[in-house]
Amino acid sequence: MSGDGQGRSHWFDDEAGPVVRPYAMTRGRTTSPAQHRLDLIAVVGTEPGAGDPDGDPTLAPEHVEIVGLCRDAPQSVAELAAELDLPIGVVRVLIGDLVHAELVHVTRPVPPAELPDESILRDVINGLRAL
Amino acid sequence: MIFGRSERGKPPVEPVTLKILVAGGFGVGKTTLVGAVSEIRPLRTEELLTEAGRPVDDTTGVEGKHTTTVAMDFGRITLREDLVLYLFGTPGQDRFWFMWDELSEGALGAVVLADTRRLEDCFAAVDYFERRAIPFLVGVNCFEGADRYPAEAIRQALDLDEDVPVLLCDARDRESAKEVLIGVVQHAMDYGADHRPAVAT
Repeated sequence: MSGDGQGRSHWFDDEAGPVVRPYAMTRGRTTSPAQHRLDLIAVVGTEPGAGDPDGDPTLAPEHVEIVGLCRDAPQSVAELAAELDLPIGVVRVLIGDLVHAELVHVTRPVPPAELPDESILRDVINGLRAL
Repeated sequence: MIFGRSERGKPPVEPVTLKILVAGGFGVGKTTLVGAVSEIRPLRTEELLTEAGRPVDDTTGVEGKHTTTVAMDFGRITLREDLVLYLFGTPGQDRFWFMWDELSEGALGAVVLADTRRLEDCFAAVDYFERRAIPFLVGVNCFEGADRYPAEAIRQALDLDEDVPVLLCDARDRESAKEVLIGVVQHAMDYGADHRPAVAT
């Protein structure tokens, strides 16, 4: 569902399907060796000292786009996938590459076995009330 | 920009992220509820399936098609600069249940939306969250023209435990959707106090 993403980076239409098969962008990889499975709400931010990804010949345009999106503000994995209009699995691999290249880092959400701190939950309730 | 642009030179704040799932049968108003409170129009993420869908999908005539797309709609609520809540609508089709495992991992809690005209559609979701001890509440989406039932009657019909809250709501209404979410977080807090230690490690 690219919708408003068209014209900017998509020169094909939805009907035709992607011109490049999604996992071609990851050179067929479905997992990234460096990375544990990234949660949908794990936050990706750029490394402060990271250089310009544009000049890196090992990176694909999608890598560069991820770094660009995260540079202004950290993004969740789900948002990156929606923004790039790529399957979650593909985005996970691409993020793994970028972590390996030390261009971005990932902040994991609260581990599943732990309940978020009660004070955080209270903040959530208060925040929702204040909306 | 997504989390609000930070001043140049200052590293952007990396927020604590939490997620709540919105489950329920097809057409019960999951995406509507997400849209009612989300600060962004619900976004869609997709996952490509390959072999998994094969035994079920009838691919006769489209033998070249070996992938299926599972779509998940989600929304975001920035509560504070450093605290962001995501709402994920679960995929409607039953055969994508395995995607729920991924979605529910680390979820704060869940809303099961129910429509009194098709109450059976949410049985599966109720069952799922009960089995995995994920705190959830049932939000009864009061559709126009549907009969209203007291919350107790719905609790009985769904055979819910006593501590599972049942709320009547209107998924289109922001205030109503907010109440539902507050109910989930409140329930998660109570549930956490009763069922598991606050810190497991």
